[in-house]
Amino acid sequence: MSAIVSVQNLRKSYAGGFEALKGVNLDIQEGEILALLGPNGAGKTTLISTICGITVPTSGHVTVGGHDTQADFRAARSLIGLVPQEINLEPFETVFSTVRFSRGLFGKPRDDGYIEKILNQLSLGDKKNAKIMTLSGGMKRRVLIAKALAHEPRVLFLDEPTAGVDVELRKDMWDVVADLKSSGVTIILTTHYIEEAEAIADRVGVINKGEILLVQDKAEMMAQMGQKQLQIALATATQDIPAALAHYNLDRADDGLTLTYTYDTKGERTGITTLLADLAKAGLKLKDIQTRQSSLEDIFVGLVKEKA
Amino acid sequence: MNLTAVKSIYMFEMARFFRTIMQSLVSPVLSTSLYFVVFGAAIGSRIDQVEGVSYGAFIVPGLIMLSVMTQATTNASFGIYFPKFIGTIYELLSAPVNFLEITAGYVGAAATKAMFIGLIILGTAHLFVDLNIAHPVAMLAFLTLTCISFSLLGFIIGIWAGNFEQLQLIPLLIITPLVFLGGSFYSITMLPPVWQTITLFNPVVYLISGFRWSFFGTADVSIGVSLAAIALFTAICLTAIWWIFRTGWRIRQ
Repeated sequence: MSAIVSVQNLRKSYAGGFEALKGVNLDIQEGEILALLGPNGAGKTTLISTICGITVPTSGHVTVGGHDTQADFRAARSLIGLVPQEINLEPFETVFSTVRFSRGLFGKPRDDGYIEKILNQLSLGDKKNAKIMTLSGGMKRRVLIAKALAHEPRVLFLDEPTAGVDVELRKDMWDVVADLKSSGVTIILTTHYIEEAEAIADRVGVINKGEILLVQDKAEMMAQMGQKQLQIALATATQDIPAALAHYNLDRADDGLTLTYTYDTKGERTGITTLLADLAKAGLKLKDIQTRQSSLEDIFVGLVKEKA
Repeated sequence: MNLTAVKSIYMFEMARFFRTIMQSLVSPVLSTSLYFVVFGAAIGSRIDQVEGVSYGAFIVPGLIMLSVMTQATTNASFGIYFPKFIGTIYELLSAPVNFLEITAGYVGAAATKAMFIGLIILGTAHLFVDLNIAHPVAMLAFLTLTCISFSLLGFIIGIWAGNFEQLQLIPLLIITPLVFLGGSFYSITMLPPVWQTITLFNPVVYLISGFRWSFFGTADVSIGVSLAAIALFTAICLTAIWWIFRTGWRIRQ
């Protein structure tokens, strides 16, 4: 796999002096789904806007499909589709005409058959002649996606595609993204819903205060950074943790029936074997044990806190 | 050159025009008819002739110019302001188009609309007065140039405007007075000498004068000066738009 989007040392300062991007480097591989995760104001939208040409970088370079987004903006932008965060649509236009406009704007010859196909894919087929103002919020978001896909882009940016969208529609949106990926489109989405990144991304980038803190394969990231918890259910309640077990930093539940041991899966020794042996030595009887992997959310909160 | 994009923007804007065809065409026709009733019939009957032309016919070029300049400016300013206002401008900024293509699409559509309206007013005027157009080709050329140059001006206003009040401010406070004082309804030779000199600083005088020359063969200022004035005005507007897109002023951060 090769990088279809390459961001090199990208900086963006706004007129007021606010530095929204502080030297971002990022390679996006062809065909992947990359989720950019970050709190509000982290620089997610600025990064996307700068790649797409809506804002001008203060310094640094971006190439898309090998074309510089400034020197060779036509070739670069032709490869990109953008779904903005806000629902920006002309209320009096019909669905079909606004999607056809988008295709023409990107210089592609008229192809009504292709537009029909996209609309059907997005379950908008029966709404093609409806005025946009008559559509629901979820439908409008689909229209934005249809507009972004109208010129057959190879890279699709989705800026918070599921912000303010109900649970059912969010699942639908994930299906749409999965379909697009299978058709070979590279997808970059920003979100602050961690479960979204966890559900659909191949790689996750964490951005905060204009800096990329980490970009990693999602499973790898969770495996490497993840902490696991071992929950030990006791047959009989214990009043306090025996002194011999003090160095394990166990958490005792209020009822005294459950002990929780947190360990790092990265560590060479997890300490589970010795803990279990020590528990037996201390005379505690086990009823059950289970382990729990920490979620991306725990990792994310940890990262953002640590670097803050 | 992304000609498909220019055509798309143009067709999109024209579709808006045809969607609101009634208000787009009926209101200028109605207001022109009112001008004829008031200025042509009521007042004009007491004015013999201006420069050898009946007063009713004399005001036709001025009336057309008044509508065309106002329509070109408001259509073009609204055309680019509306995407800014509702946020759809993101698509223009992220599309593989340059400033010339965006301008050609929006200004072309606004100028076409203004041209339509100008020709319809000309047709309406025919119902009220006898008109012989001395230089039809020059007339069409002047009309086209005026439509384009004022659409360029409107485009700049639309980019500059931060709200709907500002959008209407310049047409209302500057263009309408300049057109009224630019000899739409009179020959500037009818003014006292001091005002004649002051009027020469009004750029609209040159446009109306040139346009009237194409109808009647007489003008307040020479036709060459009129052409130079409109060329200069167009060049200034184009330079301003080029600068706007180069710096991203008010549109690209």
